[in-house]
Amino acid sequence: MHAIEKIMAKAAGKEKIVTGEIINCKIDFAEINDLYPQTIYSFWEMGGEKVWDKDKIAFVFDHYAPAPTIKTAQIHKEMRTFVKEQGLTHHFDINKGVCHQVMPEAGLVWPGMILVATDSHTTTHGAFGAFGTGLGATDMATVLLTGELWFRVPEVIKIEINGSLPKDVYAKDVILHILGQMKADAAVYKAIEFSGDYVDRIGVADRMTICNMAVEMGAKTAYMKPNQAVIAYVESRCKMPYEIQETDSDFIYAETYRFDVTQLSPSIAVPFSVDNVSPIESVEQVKVDQAFIGSCTGGRLEDIEAAYHILKGKKVCEGTRLVIIPASAEVLKKAIEKGYVVELIQAGATFTAPGCGPCLGTHAGLLAEGEVCISATNRNFPGRMGHSAGRIYLASPATVAASALMGKITDPRSL
Amino acid sequence: MMNKIMEAKAYVFGKNVDTDQIYPGRYLELVKPEEIAMHCLEGADPTFAAKMSKGDIVVAGTNFGCGSSREHAAITLINAGVSVVLAESFARIFFRNAINLALPLMVCPKISEKVNDEDKLVVDLLNGTVTNLTTGEVIVGEKISPSAMEILDAGGIKPLFRKKFAKV
Repeated sequence: MHAIEKIMAKAAGKEKIVTGEIINCKIDFAEINDLYPQTIYSFWEMGGEKVWDKDKIAFVFDHYAPAPTIKTAQIHKEMRTFVKEQGLTHHFDINKGVCHQVMPEAGLVWPGMILVATDSHTTTHGAFGAFGTGLGATDMATVLLTGELWFRVPEVIKIEINGSLPKDVYAKDVILHILGQMKADAAVYKAIEFSGDYVDRIGVADRMTICNMAVEMGAKTAYMKPNQAVIAYVESRCKMPYEIQETDSDFIYAETYRFDVTQLSPSIAVPFSVDNVSPIESVEQVKVDQAFIGSCTGGRLEDIEAAYHILKGKKVCEGTRLVIIPASAEVLKKAIEKGYVVELIQAGATFTAPGCGPCLGTHAGLLAEGEVCISATNRNFPGRMGHSAGRIYLASPATVAASALMGKITDPRSL
Repeated sequence: MMNKIMEAKAYVFGKNVDTDQIYPGRYLELVKPEEIAMHCLEGADPTFAAKMSKGDIVVAGTNFGCGSSREHAAITLINAGVSVVLAESFARIFFRNAINLALPLMVCPKISEKVNDEDKLVVDLLNGTVTNLTTGEVIVGEKISPSAMEILDAGGIKPLFRKKFAKV
């Protein structure tokens, strides 16, 4: 069996499971973000009274944090009431950050767990050797009631990544390149294992960025075998006993792909799809109205640090605005302590409160008709960040910072 | 019991129709059913909600419903009156959301090449077939699984669970 299958089998109380089988798994943790008050409504509608386990459920306010409208303020209010009435142990209000960042920071993600969240980017937690997957609101309400959920045991695709990245090329470039090659429907309903010497070597932040975007290929979940960096991270934060599952040597993958990243260029996903990816050399140097660094894909300390190294002592180009939103309060605090925030503000950047920001078009830096944004986020669909005629180019935080500096799409290697 | 045979007009979309195209994020705070219906598939075809009639069928290529986990993507199709979605494949979260809310879906290989806008279709969910009355072609799809059919028949996962959990 694959490590993912062993995690699922254990949660289903079974010795062995096979691809395609429908199994019922016990959920280790369920997380609901503030887009989904429907979770609570569905819970009541199904006759729910008390949630299955008050220690294993958390609400995270991130998509609307702090509330930009009266309606979203009302959503937060109703959720706070539910959290209080149910006596939930964990709660992340508007002062914490993006769910996929604050959950591991709070020690609530560990190898071998099953984590479900009302967010498609829950594949992020494959970085920690966890089974993470996204759910809709009503599916989540059934979890709140029962603590269980049915899953189809997925085929597993292996993506082996080898080599060392050249200077100014990052994990975001790696996953964009893979997406461009494999396309947005490559892994629909399947699981993706990322392995290879590159994956074994990289740190927690880079692993999270890669697993985060596995869902952009349609993947149900992503998996990386925990390395020393992950174990050190988890042990410093998490009190749960954990188990690292090994994939059997005779396991047969549905498909295997190999990538060598030694010669990789910075990658860009051009509007309007995540798999419309080109190396930066062949992308037109279009004028940029907004540059955005943030989100569950590109708002970690390492991402802000990359921008700091490019913009230190310089100025963002006149006519371009640079929005930076740290993925969590912890990231923001560390960025302040390291001096990145002051330096970036002096360079002309604007910081807003930790959260999802404009990534999904709800607030804090939306695009007007015809505007161009280069973004460290995960989706460039029409209308994703505001007006449906806004154009979003996805890139690494370094490419975003370089483009902010020059006012047009710019290769960070050229600076 | 849910209606298992639908006869209506089709509207055809491409592949990778994502949830931002089905229901843009800026409308996520809306709650009134008719308001949510007004923006159905707005990102893919801004005229769709106005021109479609209740019962019409959405046809698409691969990976329909990719992107976010928003249940609104299924809700807007239901509220607009779409009777069934036929696609070459569905994104996982969208598939679960649709079945949970009792929106019928059927996987039909190459359907987007075999149907044109406003063709008249007859969809037989039990037998997994689509008859294109305009061209005369019969397209064989994948039958809905028994477990998904049980949820659809109950009118969604909520009525099913209500029976199990609600105190009478």
